Amino acid sequence: MPEAMGHSEEVLEEGEDLLTRRAFVRVLAGVVGAGYAGAIGYPIYRYLATPATRASAMGAVTMVALPGAQELAPGSALMFRFGTRTSMLIRHADDTWVAFDAVCTHLGCTVQYEPDKERIYCACHGGVYDQHSGAAVAGPPPRGLTVYNVEVRDAEVIISRV
Amino acid sequence: MQKSSSPVFENRALAAVWDFADERLGLSDMIAFAKKKQVPQHEHSFWYYWGGISLFFFLVQCFTGVLLLVYYRPGVEAYESVRQITYDIEFGWLVRSAHSWSANLMVVAIFVHMFSVFFMKAYRRPREFGWWSGLGLLGLAMVFGFSGYLLPMDELAYFATKVGLEIPMSIPVVGPFLGDLIRGGPDVGENTVQRFFALHVVILPALFVPLLMFHLWLVQRHGNAVPPGEEIKPAERRRSIPFFPNFLAKDLAMWLIALNVLAVLASLYPWELGPQADPLAPAPLGIHPEWYFMSQFQVLKVFGAWFPGIVGEALGILLFTAGGIVWALIPLYDPDSRNGQRARIATWLGFAALVGLIILTAWGYLAL
Repeated sequence: MPEAMGHSEEVLEEGEDLLTRRAFVRVLAGVVGAGYAGAIGYPIYRYLATPATRASAMGAVTMVALPGAQELAPGSALMFRFGTRTSMLIRHADDTWVAFDAVCTHLGCTVQYEPDKERIYCACHGGVYDQHSGAAVAGPPPRGLTVYNVEVRDAEVIISRV
Repeated sequence: MQKSSSPVFENRALAAVWDFADERLGLSDMIAFAKKKQVPQHEHSFWYYWGGISLFFFLVQCFTGVLLLVYYRPGVEAYESVRQITYDIEFGWLVRSAHSWSANLMVVAIFVHMFSVFFMKAYRRPREFGWWSGLGLLGLAMVFGFSGYLLPMDELAYFATKVGLEIPMSIPVVGPFLGDLIRGGPDVGENTVQRFFALHVVILPALFVPLLMFHLWLVQRHGNAVPPGEEIKPAERRRSIPFFPNFLAKDLAMWLIALNVLAVLASLYPWELGPQADPLAPAPLGIHPEWYFMSQFQVLKVFGAWFPGIVGEALGILLFTAGGIVWALIPLYDPDSRNGQRARIATWLGFAALVGLIILTAWGYLAL
């Protein structure tokens, strides 16, 4: 080695060779490293995401039956789950029926039916929705509540997506 | 303002980040220090990696352990939650398998590390505290293993814990009280799982991590010990390599091998989950503890046959306790081996201990 070092041309060539080899090793290390990161990261992601994946499969429902809900007293509400979403079925005092997604469009609190004030209200930041249409009436909510179809039968109430 | 030991960044933004951190944290001083540190190179250097391998498996334990905590529920639901992890949650079987395999590989690595330290006589002055803290870490690792073994609450876990707890129970006078305290009642049940869980994930890590820091600080303070055969060589014939980056690179290569071994074992031989523990069912045939308790288990079994009654058990426990004390005190009666390789008694003692453990363990498995 020391003898060969005396030759300036050879030193230059050796330097060039080392650089490309270094670049190659770098790319290889990057690829292998990414492979390991993927092989470890992917199972961990799937492991942690299992409940969320299951829930989103559950959330794919388009219809929910509420047995016995036809006997709901006028002027009251029934909370239920539409897939994974907290939702509310309301029977107004005038015997009209309506169902909403009960999650406030502002910051995700659950809203409540206030029959005496004839409104749907969110206690977290004072959002007010129309009790018939679900439209945002006052306060911070950017848009109205999602409305569902309601079909009242003899022994159950059927809720479905609009 | 680049110091000689700073890495050279072509990217100006990276260089700026490095300078910012370096000025405040003294990173280049640490690198300079690590570069100056030398690790001896000789025919037995291979054994220097085993402490690092043990550390690697411990880190895997922390990582996979936290992942298991995401779904594990101690108490009455213990078995059901492990069943969910194993069969229901995606890749849960792999996380659990990696945790169990890595636990066993960690104990293997610690044993290899301990015996290599013993035979290289690395326990000698001034490294006595390294030996003792290392034995403490081994002891804690075994309690980790014992407590973790119960957490799935399957049949084997239940009976292994029942039998294992007979040992503290046989201590005169305080034994029965101690047994009740450890179990949280007269029998192994959901209270036992709950407190073994607290032990396994809070108390043991809180003891293990500071002791490990102390152990590593001692290694850093005294450097790697060289065996007596190397010590007698004149200084100019001894070779060494810088800790950074040379030894560290080799260390990390070992970690990569360890990771691959773990990946193969954990995925090709997934850890099994037995049937749920049933306090009314008889012990299954071939019941036995983890392999690192097998020698003790066998001694108790054999002594129990030779000396019926409580005497056999007491003698067995006495034998292991005395052996452990003799083993722990080796730095005191073999303090410096000033005569080079000639501290033969210690070497023979080490061989006797190693061969004894292997024979008892093999005997234990053959006698199942």
